[in-house]
Amino acid sequence: MKRLPKKRKQSIQVGMAIIFFVAICISVLYAFVILKHDPYLTNLSGRLQSMSLLHPLGTDHLGRDVLTRLLLGGQQTIGYSLLALVAAVIIGVPFGIISGYKRGIIDRLFMRVADGFLAFPDTIVAIVLVGLLGPSISNLILAIILVKWVNYARLVRSTVLTEAQKEYILIARMNGLPARKIMTKHLFPHIIGHVFVMASLDLGKIILLISAFSYIGLGAQPPMPEWGAMLNDSRPYFESKPELMIYPGLAIVLVVLLTNMLGDYLRDRFDVKKEVQS
Amino acid sequence: MLMITFASFLFVRLAPGDPVLTILNVDELSVSQEQVEQLREDMGFNKPLLVQYGHWLIAFFRLDFGSSYVTGQPVMDMILRGLPATLELTVGALVVMLVVAIPLGSLSALYRNSWVDQMSRIVSIIGAAVPSFWLGLILIDVFSVRLNWLPSMGRDGTATMILPALTLGLAISSVYVRLLRSSLLDSLNQEFIRAGRARGLSEGRIFFVHAFRHSLAPVITVFGVSLGSLIGGVVVIEVLFAYPGIGKMVVDAIRQRDYPLIQGYILIMAILVFVVNTCVDLSYRYLNPELKIKERETN
Repeated sequence: MKRLPKKRKQSIQVGMAIIFFVAICISVLYAFVILKHDPYLTNLSGRLQSMSLLHPLGTDHLGRDVLTRLLLGGQQTIGYSLLALVAAVIIGVPFGIISGYKRGIIDRLFMRVADGFLAFPDTIVAIVLVGLLGPSISNLILAIILVKWVNYARLVRSTVLTEAQKEYILIARMNGLPARKIMTKHLFPHIIGHVFVMASLDLGKIILLISAFSYIGLGAQPPMPEWGAMLNDSRPYFESKPELMIYPGLAIVLVVLLTNMLGDYLRDRFDVKKEVQS
Repeated sequence: MLMITFASFLFVRLAPGDPVLTILNVDELSVSQEQVEQLREDMGFNKPLLVQYGHWLIAFFRLDFGSSYVTGQPVMDMILRGLPATLELTVGALVVMLVVAIPLGSLSALYRNSWVDQMSRIVSIIGAAVPSFWLGLILIDVFSVRLNWLPSMGRDGTATMILPALTLGLAISSVYVRLLRSSLLDSLNQEFIRAGRARGLSEGRIFFVHAFRHSLAPVITVFGVSLGSLIGGVVVIEVLFAYPGIGKMVVDAIRQRDYPLIQGYILIMAILVFVVNTCVDLSYRYLNPELKIKERETN
């Protein structure tokens, strides 16, 4: 009895994901293969057009095709978020493993740094960094990487600390396996599931952060079609063309919703609730 | 500690962009080399770095962050002018959050798996995916552009507060509804609840006094951890509603490369975060009587 609702919930999630995926494929095909609009090409005589076959979602205040920009924006938003995430994981995981397994001075030094980062909330660090380096998408990504890698390193470190006490690691050590081998062959496969779950839960947050920063002008700069920046660009025209407000926002909501569902699903699958709940 | 101050001093001083040129370039007029040298001397930039750092450190402890490059006003004055507005907005948002989260969270826990619970689940799943600035844009469009009920900009009495506080409050409440629900469910399963029932306490008292108090500790922990996203949320909302708090101020400062102002903001935030975290720690003692008893036992 207890398992039924959960299964139903999962099949709804999978169904939604498939529908969404198909919708994306159709719109990508339509926009890039059939219509072939240039997302940066401005056309002042055709600005603020309504829906048509040529422009399925109309055009914006500079006459650019909204659907093409929306799709390219999605590609960039998700791409940049993944880039930040992957970089944070690549930096954080080795630090966490070494710090948790080798202990000693490296560990103490790392914990100092991590505590220092913890004293400052993520968003503040991001604001500070973007503030000092200047507003741009690459600086924002840099700030996100700098903030996030500590989280992964901490997660990995705490997992390694408990894992290293287990018998199979002790046996491996007794057999004279070098530390490098233990870390890569035995510890790494154990922690990667946790990291994966945490990363999938983080993805939505990072997408939201990037679009929010871009909206207030501290992230992607025009004419880049980032969703938050698109909302900011077209704000003066909302009264006459409310669609311009609807599309990018809806796109953000759908993508974040989907990544969050994926994260929840993975968390249930791997059953790592306790460690990953931040 | 001294290392941190020196690092932040260096960071700001070595950041790209010459402050002297920033000040003189405000109106995009051309400047002569003499003017640049003169100002550089006035601001002490021609002295050795360590001497500059000494001056900066002394000023730092007197909470004097110098003057804004753009407006020329002392940074501390500008921050003190913006801070009440920001705190007002934050408190307003927290009130909205409590008004939404407490009834919804309690109802979902009391009537578990009922339609109320399902509704609140769906709303919070979607709520976690809606960017706050988009929610704000929609609220502005509906309530101030189309219905013309509420103002959407500036800070002038309570009316201008409603939309920003509502936006921010709704944006953060989705997390707390679910959290309060699961925390309440956990508390209701505890032994002291059963003991309370055995002592013949009324269900109302058990729920609102005992279970509720026990449930607040995890909620407050998350509040402490997510303080950063709240501060970030305030910044976005202030920009969105052109609300004259320190969040909007720092975004403007970043755009204009007004480093003293950015630095002042960083410091004020560090102090605020420290104060709130201390409050969070202190509140545990009040919320969890067990801690007090344990402490007494160890002494």
